[in-house]
Amino acid sequence: MTDYNCSLAELIINACAEAWRDDGELMATGIGPLPRLGASLAKVSFNPLLQLTDGENYYADAPVPPGKRHAEPVYEGYANYDRVFSALWGGRRHSMVSPVQLDRFGQANISTIGDRAAPKVAMLGARGFPGNSIYHPNSFFIPNHSTRSFVADEVDFVCMAGYNPERYLNGTPPKGLDLRIIVSDLCVMDFNGPDKAIRVVSLHPGVSFELVQENTGFELSKASDTLTLTPAPSEAHMALLGTLDPNNVRESVLKDNPPAIRD
Amino acid sequence: MSTEPSDDFSKVETPSEIISRLEDGMTIGIGGWATRRKPMALVREILKSDLKDLTLVSYGGPDVGLLCAAGKVKKLIFAFVSLDQYPLDPHFRAARQSGQIEVWELDEGMLHWGLRAAAMDLPFLPTRIGIGTDIINQPGFKLIDSPYEDGETFVAMPAINLDAALIHAHRSDVKGNILTMSPDPFFDELFSRAAPHTYASVEKIVTTPELDIETNARFALVERARITAVTETPFGAHPTSAAPDYHLDLKHIKSYVESAATPEAWDAYKTAYLSGTQADYIDAVGGADTIGAIAKPVY
Repeated sequence: MTDYNCSLAELIINACAEAWRDDGELMATGIGPLPRLGASLAKVSFNPLLQLTDGENYYADAPVPPGKRHAEPVYEGYANYDRVFSALWGGRRHSMVSPVQLDRFGQANISTIGDRAAPKVAMLGARGFPGNSIYHPNSFFIPNHSTRSFVADEVDFVCMAGYNPERYLNGTPPKGLDLRIIVSDLCVMDFNGPDKAIRVVSLHPGVSFELVQENTGFELSKASDTLTLTPAPSEAHMALLGTLDPNNVRESVLKDNPPAIRD
Repeated sequence: MSTEPSDDFSKVETPSEIISRLEDGMTIGIGGWATRRKPMALVREILKSDLKDLTLVSYGGPDVGLLCAAGKVKKLIFAFVSLDQYPLDPHFRAARQSGQIEVWELDEGMLHWGLRAAAMDLPFLPTRIGIGTDIINQPGFKLIDSPYEDGETFVAMPAINLDAALIHAHRSDVKGNILTMSPDPFFDELFSRAAPHTYASVEKIVTTPELDIETNARFALVERARITAVTETPFGAHPTSAAPDYHLDLKHIKSYVESAATPEAWDAYKTAYLSGTQADYIDAVGGADTIGAIAKPVY
């Protein structure tokens, strides 16, 4: 494993980037520094057609680094909220988000934990998750792979639709529902198991399938009998990351910035 | 016929005159978005009033948190409450977690759609949003089948009819011709169309020619017939931003967040910032020059 000369955060960014590889020309939204850097890396490496915003009002010609600005971005388009809604309702967007809970159907929660009338934990609210989930592709980044994030039952409040037949209208999945990949701090998963079940595609170096299963509240399948390792970023990608993240925000996302290879 | 700009009526009022027009139990829409262009001077004026049992409709920020902390809110219609850099508003959380407020939680786009339906005087607008989620398991939603050959089943998003809307903008003349000059106007136009009365605080009241409408047409929010009254409150959005005039005051947001820690902290916050006039408030938060010098945050 000598080629894993990178941090876990960098391995994750590289894995997140893959979500947008074959998307063609659409709005790529990575919420949080690692998904955002993943979208940035996808744009400057294998999918230059992606449209990225500055995180606020405008599409930028080149990815805008998270944190302190070292140069004024060159803008190429307008991304006010009204336009973002219009764009996403047209389907040409692929988001990667980090819900607090995710279940075996891919249903996601960022609203409340516990009783709805007086919740144990009140979080943001559903934001745009319900609409996003049925209008355009979505992927996930879960920074702490555990049975608290990958829950045994349904999530406490379903903000994003998933592949749950019980909730389908007229027996068909919501039109536009298209869940792609899940990147966690342990592995990469997708929804290509039987009946859209979540399955492990690759393990981060030093992680066993058993460890992933132990930290997941539902049963996982495997993409193949012998799971591959999540690929390390190439030297070229590592160099690009230096440019995309000059403030080294990626070092401060995961506790103690661990190396890619798990002890 | 005179070619002079007409100046024969004025909608200018004080913040307290505006708030005195509101009544207990009203459904009040609040413009802006999270930490951007919230009509905070008007919100603080509500805090000073006896108003109660309000239903708020908001893309929520400290407007919602403050009104919750002051016990003014009966029900909240929302998609989120966030302070952006501080993702969770502790005043909102406290009210929500104690069960003190009722909620009708929506997707951001559904809130847009509900205001749009009200603006168009429609009982509902169809959407797919909410399908497959717990949003539509809340009371207040019905489904509707397309009458066309597709036969698809939709959520009938009900109109969100407001009794009043409060917004903050940059410029207005005395007649209520408003310019909202920030990079994103958000949904203030729809809020104003979903309400029979819209009250706008503005940074500055100018003459009609000074609006320079030919240059600024893209910033003109809505026809003035929708604006019932305007009030001049410089820095009226503080601590939220009214870019390009001024930016988010993160330092004050921190004080606001910390004021939720204990009842004593909340009392201290009220004494320092919520007991005086808007001019007292601006002094208390450091004065006009300090606010004007705050750097644009990066996201």
